[in-house]
Amino acid sequence: MTTNNERPASPATPPIELPEHGEPKISNKDRMAIPRQPIAEQPAAERVNNFFEVALGYDQKTARIEALRCIQCKKPLCIDGCPVGINIPGFIKKIAEGDFEAGIGILKQDNVLPAICGRVCPQEEQCEKVCTVGKKNPPVAIGRLERFLADWERETGKMTPIVPAASTGKKVAIVGAGPAGLTAAADLARLGHDVTIFEALHRPGGVLVYGIPEFRLPKKIVEIEVNMLKKAGVKLHNSVVIGQTIPVEELRDTYDAIFVATGAGLPYFMNIPGENLNGIYSANEYLTRVNLMRAYDFPSADTPVAKSENVAVIGGGNVAMDSARTAKRLGAKNVYNVYRRTRVEMPARLEEIHHAEEEGIQFTFLHNPIRYEGDKDGRVKKAICQVMKLGEPDASGRRRPVPTDEVLELDVDTVVVAIGNGPNPLVPRTTEGLKTKKWGNILAERSSGRTSLKGVWAGGDIVLGAATVILAMGAGRAAARSIQQYLTTGEWPEPTLDS
Amino acid sequence: MPPSDALPHAVVVAKDFLAPKVTRYVISAPDIARRRRPGQFVIVRLHEGGERIPLTIADGDPAKGTITLIVQEVGKSTAEMAHLIRAGDSFADVVGPLGMPTHIGKFGRILAVGGGIGVAPLHPIAQGMHKAGNHVVGILGARTKDLLIMEEEMRRACDSVRIVTDDGSYGEKGLVTDAIRAETEASGKADLCVAIGPLIMMRETAKVTAMLGIKTLVSLNPVMVDGTGMCGGCRVTVNGESKFVCVDGPEFDGHGVDFDELLRRQRFYVPQERSTYETFLREHDHEPKDCKLRRMEAAATDKDSP
Repeated sequence: MTTNNERPASPATPPIELPEHGEPKISNKDRMAIPRQPIAEQPAAERVNNFFEVALGYDQKTARIEALRCIQCKKPLCIDGCPVGINIPGFIKKIAEGDFEAGIGILKQDNVLPAICGRVCPQEEQCEKVCTVGKKNPPVAIGRLERFLADWERETGKMTPIVPAASTGKKVAIVGAGPAGLTAAADLARLGHDVTIFEALHRPGGVLVYGIPEFRLPKKIVEIEVNMLKKAGVKLHNSVVIGQTIPVEELRDTYDAIFVATGAGLPYFMNIPGENLNGIYSANEYLTRVNLMRAYDFPSADTPVAKSENVAVIGGGNVAMDSARTAKRLGAKNVYNVYRRTRVEMPARLEEIHHAEEEGIQFTFLHNPIRYEGDKDGRVKKAICQVMKLGEPDASGRRRPVPTDEVLELDVDTVVVAIGNGPNPLVPRTTEGLKTKKWGNILAERSSGRTSLKGVWAGGDIVLGAATVILAMGAGRAAARSIQQYLTTGEWPEPTLDS
Repeated sequence: MPPSDALPHAVVVAKDFLAPKVTRYVISAPDIARRRRPGQFVIVRLHEGGERIPLTIADGDPAKGTITLIVQEVGKSTAEMAHLIRAGDSFADVVGPLGMPTHIGKFGRILAVGGGIGVAPLHPIAQGMHKAGNHVVGILGARTKDLLIMEEEMRRACDSVRIVTDDGSYGEKGLVTDAIRAETEASGKADLCVAIGPLIMMRETAKVTAMLGIKTLVSLNPVMVDGTGMCGGCRVTVNGESKFVCVDGPEFDGHGVDFDELLRRQRFYVPQERSTYETFLREHDHEPKDCKLRRMEAAATDKDSP
C-alpha cells in the first residue's frame, strides 16, 4: 500500500554505500546531487476510505540518505528558524552516521514531543524555510527526519524515560493537557517538582486528540507521550474544569506555581443568516465528534455526526483541511473548500492542501458565504457565497478579499465553519486579578509566561490566540524555565504585560 | 478540600425510580457538590465510547460529597443508565459544575414553573429564592399524575403550590400556562418567572408571561458535546444574538429565546438516536412482568401515590 507520490517526480538518487556505523565518504558535489527523499504515503484512493495515517515515514536507509543532504552549516539558520531552537544539524549528523540513539538524545534535549512535532509542525514556514540547501534545491526534510527518530525510538522500545531529579517538594499545577501543558509538565517533572495536570475533557492531549485527526497524528502517539509523563510521577486528573470544578484561586492555596494552558477553545462563527441551521458545525464540534468521540464508529460509539453528501468547509487553514478530509472519509461525495482568497494566501500547510487535492477536495477560491438556506426540517441545503476578488494587501500582508456583485449557490447538506477560535473564557472570567486582552486572551509576559497574578503563568493559545502546536510547546518550555527560577529564588519581578 | 470519608468520584451511591422512565441518581462527586450552585449542570459519560450527556444538577450535599441527578429515559444512553447502572457502580466521568449559576436575589413574588422532570432542577432555585426572601409560588405540571415528581419537596420550598395535569388526574386539569394565568388573576403580576421543563412548555410559558409582562428565565438543555465552550453545538439565538448555552447559560431571557430554532436543532440527531435506542431496547428485551426495572418503577409509583 505504499507509494511515492511526491511531486514533481524527483530525480533518481545516486547509489550510495552506507556503512553500518559512521557517514559514508561522499564528496560535496555528490551530497548536493541527492534529491530530497520522498516519504511513503497511503495512496489517495485508498486512504479516503480509512482514518489511518497518510504519511508512513522514512525507513532507516532513506532517512540516512536524506540526512546526508544536510551540509552542516557553520551558522545553521535552521536552529533560529525553530521556535524551540532544536540542534537540527546535530541530530541530522547522527542520523547520517546511523547512530539513531545519539540522534534522538540530541533532539530530545530541546523537544520533548518530537513524534508529534515531526508530524504537525509547519516546517516549511520554520526550519526548512531558512535551510541553506533550500536556497538552490529543495530544503533538507527536517520534519521527516525528526519524525523518523521519534518513531525509531518508540518502535524499537528505546524510549528513554523521564528521570526526575531529587524531589524539590514544590507543587506545580498545570491547567490543560494540550501541547503547552504537556511540555511544561515534562520539563518540571524532570526538575523534581511535584506536577499535577488538570484536564477538562475526559482524555488528555487537548487539540492533539480532539482536533488533529488520526490520519495526521495517530492518537496512540499522544497516549504514549502522556504515559511517559505518568511514569515520571506526573499526576493527571481528567474531567476537572479549572474555573468551574476548582477555581484558580483555590489552586493557589495548594500549589506553589500554576501554569494556565487552556487553549483557544471557543469557536468563531461568521454571524450570518442561517448559520444555526442543522448540519452547520464549528470545526471544533465536527472534529471533536469524530476524533475524541469517535463518531465515525457510530453506532458502536454513542456519539453521532451528520451523514453528508455535499459538504462545504469554510476557511483556508489547517483545521479547514482537517475538516474537509474528515468529511471525505466519512463518505461525503462532494467536499468543497470555500475560501475567500486564493490558494497562495491559504494559511494551511502546503502538504495539507496537497493531500486534500489528492483526496478530491474541491477548492472554491475567492468565495465567501453570506447566508445559508434550509429545508423544511431546518437542515441546511444551500450555502450562498459571494464571489470575491483580491484587492490591496491588508495588515497580514495578504491581499484583502473584496466582494463583487456575483453570488454562487452551493447545494450542501453540511457546513463546517473553520475560521478560527477565540480564547476559552472559563479561567479568565472566574479568576479575579488575572488580566486579559480585549477579547479575553490572558496577558502574559512573552519571555516567561508570567501573568498579572503572582505564581500564575499562562501560555499557548490562551495567550497567543490560535497558533501552532510548536509555539504552544515553546510557551510551555518558557513557562517551565520561569517557574523553575521562581521556585528556586522566590523572586517575582513585575512582568511586562503590554505586548 | 472534600470530606475525608467521601467516596471516590463518580460512584452511584443510590438509585431509585421516581416515576415511569424517571430515575434519581445520587452520585459521589465531592468537588462538584461543594462548588455547584442552583442552575448548573454536569456532563456524565457512562463508559468508554459513551456520549457526553449534559444533565442539570437537581440537588447537592457538600457534607456528604454527593450530587443528585434526576434523569428521564429518552434514548440509548439514558436507557443504559436506567437499566444497567446499579448503586455501587461508577460512571466513567462526571464533570462540572458547568454553566452559570442562577442569579439568586430579592425580586419579590416569583413564579417557579416546572414541567415534567424540569421540576428537579427547579427545586434548588425555588429553595434559594425562598431563602433570599422572595415569595415563591410553585406551579408544577405533568402529563398525568404518575409523572409528577418532587411535589413534597416543592411544597416545602415554596410559599404555595399549584398543580396541573394534562388529563386532570391530579390537581387542576390544564397546562402550566393556565395556572400562570389563574395565579396572575388571583394575586396580580409576579416580579419574576423561572420556567424549566420541555422546550414546548417553556416556549408557551414565555408567550404567556410576555403577554402578562412578567420577566421570565428559562433553562435550556440543547445538544452539547464538551460543555466548556469548545464546540458551539449548543448555540441558541437569544434576542437575535447567537449564544453558547454551556458558557453563557444555561439560563436565558425566555422572551428572547428562538425556541423554534432550538426545537429544530434538538431534533437533528433524532433518527440516529431513535435507531440506537430501539436496538438497545431490542437487545434488552424482556416481558414487562419479568422486568425487575418495571417492577421497581411500579413500586415507586405506588409508594408515591397520595
